[in-house]
Amino acid sequence: MRRIGIDVGGTNTDAVLIEDGKVVRAMKAPTSEDVTTGILDSLKSLGSTGLLLDGQGGGKKIDGVMIGTTHFINAVVQRRHLTKVAALRLGMPAAASLPPFCDWPEDLAALVCGGVWMVEGGHEYDGRPFMPLDEAAVTKAAREMKAKGLKSVGISSIFSPLDPAHERRAAELVSAEMPDAVVTCSSDLGRIGLLERENAGLLNAALAELSRDTIAAFEKAIRDSGIAAPLFITQNDGTVAEASQARRLPVYSFASGATNSMRGAAYLSGLQDAMVIDVGGTTTDVGQLKNGFPREANSVVKVGGVRTLFRMPDLLSIGLGGGSHVALDPLKVGPVSVGYRLLKDGLAFGGRQLTTTDIAIAAGVLRLGDRGKVAHLDAATCQRVFAEAARLADEAIDRMKTEAGDVTLIAVGGGAFLIPDTLPGVSEVIHVEHGDCANAVGAAIAQVSGECDQIFKDLTRVGAIAAAQGIANDRAVAAGADRKTLQTIESEDMPLAYLPGNSVRVRVRVVGDVAAG
Amino acid sequence: MSSREITLDEIESLAVGAWVLGTGGGGNPYLSLLNARALYKEGKRTQLIDSADLADDAYVAVIAGMGAPLVGIERLTDHRVFARAARLMETHTKRRFDAVMGMEIGGGNGVRPFLVAANLGIPVVDSDTMGRAYPEAQMTSVAVGDLTPYPMTVVDVRGLESVIEKVPSWKWAERVGRKIVVEYGSTASTCQPPRTGAEVKKWGIHGTTTKAIAIGHAVREAQRTHADPVAAILAVEPGKILFSGKVIDVERRVTDGYLRGVTRFDGLDDFRQSVLTVDFQNEWIVASCDGEPLAMTPDLICVLDSVSGEAVGSETIRYGQRVTVIALPPPAVFLTPKGMEHVGPRAFGYDLDYRSVFSA
Repeated sequence: MRRIGIDVGGTNTDAVLIEDGKVVRAMKAPTSEDVTTGILDSLKSLGSTGLLLDGQGGGKKIDGVMIGTTHFINAVVQRRHLTKVAALRLGMPAAASLPPFCDWPEDLAALVCGGVWMVEGGHEYDGRPFMPLDEAAVTKAAREMKAKGLKSVGISSIFSPLDPAHERRAAELVSAEMPDAVVTCSSDLGRIGLLERENAGLLNAALAELSRDTIAAFEKAIRDSGIAAPLFITQNDGTVAEASQARRLPVYSFASGATNSMRGAAYLSGLQDAMVIDVGGTTTDVGQLKNGFPREANSVVKVGGVRTLFRMPDLLSIGLGGGSHVALDPLKVGPVSVGYRLLKDGLAFGGRQLTTTDIAIAAGVLRLGDRGKVAHLDAATCQRVFAEAARLADEAIDRMKTEAGDVTLIAVGGGAFLIPDTLPGVSEVIHVEHGDCANAVGAAIAQVSGECDQIFKDLTRVGAIAAAQGIANDRAVAAGADRKTLQTIESEDMPLAYLPGNSVRVRVRVVGDVAAG
Repeated sequence: MSSREITLDEIESLAVGAWVLGTGGGGNPYLSLLNARALYKEGKRTQLIDSADLADDAYVAVIAGMGAPLVGIERLTDHRVFARAARLMETHTKRRFDAVMGMEIGGGNGVRPFLVAANLGIPVVDSDTMGRAYPEAQMTSVAVGDLTPYPMTVVDVRGLESVIEKVPSWKWAERVGRKIVVEYGSTASTCQPPRTGAEVKKWGIHGTTTKAIAIGHAVREAQRTHADPVAAILAVEPGKILFSGKVIDVERRVTDGYLRGVTRFDGLDDFRQSVLTVDFQNEWIVASCDGEPLAMTPDLICVLDSVSGEAVGSETIRYGQRVTVIALPPPAVFLTPKGMEHVGPRAFGYDLDYRSVFSA
């Protein structure tokens, strides 16, 4: 197995080549304005090492290029490159007073909302239709969308995670009227909770054009670099999706950068259960690994002010990093950071801002810049700053703990030098080789997942879980996993109050290796 | 009749406070809040009055949503359906309502009277019949007072309408009502048996809307100023901190149509070395510290997110959450022997004599 993992962060683009389970080469380059150039540069510099040649004038076979990017979430947060969306909800006469976009921030709704259509349809919790789908109304809506020049449609329906039939039929009817439109069905994004699922679907639809263009550009960068390998995009949950599927569901890559770091940390350390601290230039993310995957946030997550509910890692971010401003009197570390200007603004690099990196240079922990420029910082001062950084880190770790005992901590990221070898409540601090490129490593080793989250009736608990597992397995295979390698990494069941017939909601998630092409 | 206009900001606070008073159940008020925002945006306004200002012969609607919160978050909430439940009762009893109140202040039902008030143009009475959330119709002050348990209307968004004309007891009202709600798809809007002004004055639990607004306001202000939200609640309510810790286990099962189970918390800070367990039946019922009962129904047991101060529900509480558990004093009507029969620990199957955490 030979894979290239690339993580496009706000500051750096990291790339690694992994061969037979070993990191052969890691590189770090500044992220380019247009994202793609940085990727092409990374691939070219990997190629220039000769590592990708088989020694007989040909290229070695690469099984995949896995890219993680913050491009899509940044578009939402910064309100850039968004497409106008037609919202089609199937569920009338229910919820008419709370139409699509009803709880969005006004500025974002004004940018994204291209119109709202609500027609009869949807299901009950037990699979009975809530109302028959009004197909004529869907077709009429599609004609109106077309007349308005809309090109992206978000469809939602009551209880569609249990039965997506109405959403799928409506998507067919819409496509018949507007063959070029991109259609997002909320059931593809998962969870129970109509507004939050619908919101995720609408955000996804708003990213349709950006997603198409970005992924086309990634594919072009790979082609231009001369590497013949399929493109995969990393997802929030530490898995990858094939480019064609990822193009359809860009919201699934929203938090993939942080997830990749955690997965990379697990891989580089060989640990499956541990706390991970990823210290970047500006922020530090703390999360917990369970079975080699980040623990998931179970509740509503706001993205750019929009309430959503889908697979996201449970992370705590604090303003601590290698570029954090340091004030000595009174002592303060972060949350402001010099960010990508570190090599210009830091004291040791001839700038005027004292940063945590300068402290590390003065203390001899890092060999960078001009140590003479920070010679006035004595050992006691450095010690105080390190202690403050450690205190901030420790507080975040403690908040993320789910058990009272001591935890093992893996420290990764370019700013990992801020994490000392001993911390209270931590049994062992592990620094790993290539830890500064853990995110790219996490991208390179990502697997494919499948999930099932639905309500089962009149089954034993064991029967319901087995049924859910079967569905999750099929979905993983459909997403590109090798069936032989599938394993269940999450299984959760919950009986439902008030519902008759021993209803139980089961959520199962499985992962497997990418099937060999 | 003296009344005062309620601002949308107060309804925002009400939603936060009602969720705290939901004591783990009652459903998150968020969707009802969204409806209130939509109504206020249309220019609708609502008034709040004291029960003391009701005429003895005033006719008061008692509003409640019934069903599974999980269905509620798919079908959402539509203010017009709650208005229809009240209208159907008016048509059926051939009498116009003068005011509306909630059956339960805890959870989504704490906000719903305002949705009806905005539609019908009548004021909301600052009273309810639970002072918190409870799972069943007989767990109310009006049931403790043996007031008439009928008629009741049950309405759904598709136009299904039922009237329960007569039942012999509140327990029957619960049984029959529940069957209809399940057939509707486990969510419905109801108008409970109407009350006269005199009945509300005698049997209502008073000032609960104002209380919920005050609690919510305290939490929101604390969030805004980065102050301690739990301390902020205790500054406006005579409550007690029972425990502070982290969820280490949640065990859930459904029996008789209820979500029952136990949540275990490991102590932090002042409570290190201790373990708290809280039993729930939709709502938090009995809290025990290191095996000893510490607080129990009808005392209000509220599990709050330690950082945000917002309530944590029994359906959504999860492993690892950091919470502070507080108790708030119960309504006096439940402290009588008759009140205990309806909502004391034995009404929930616990062989415990009620001992208030506030009497110690």
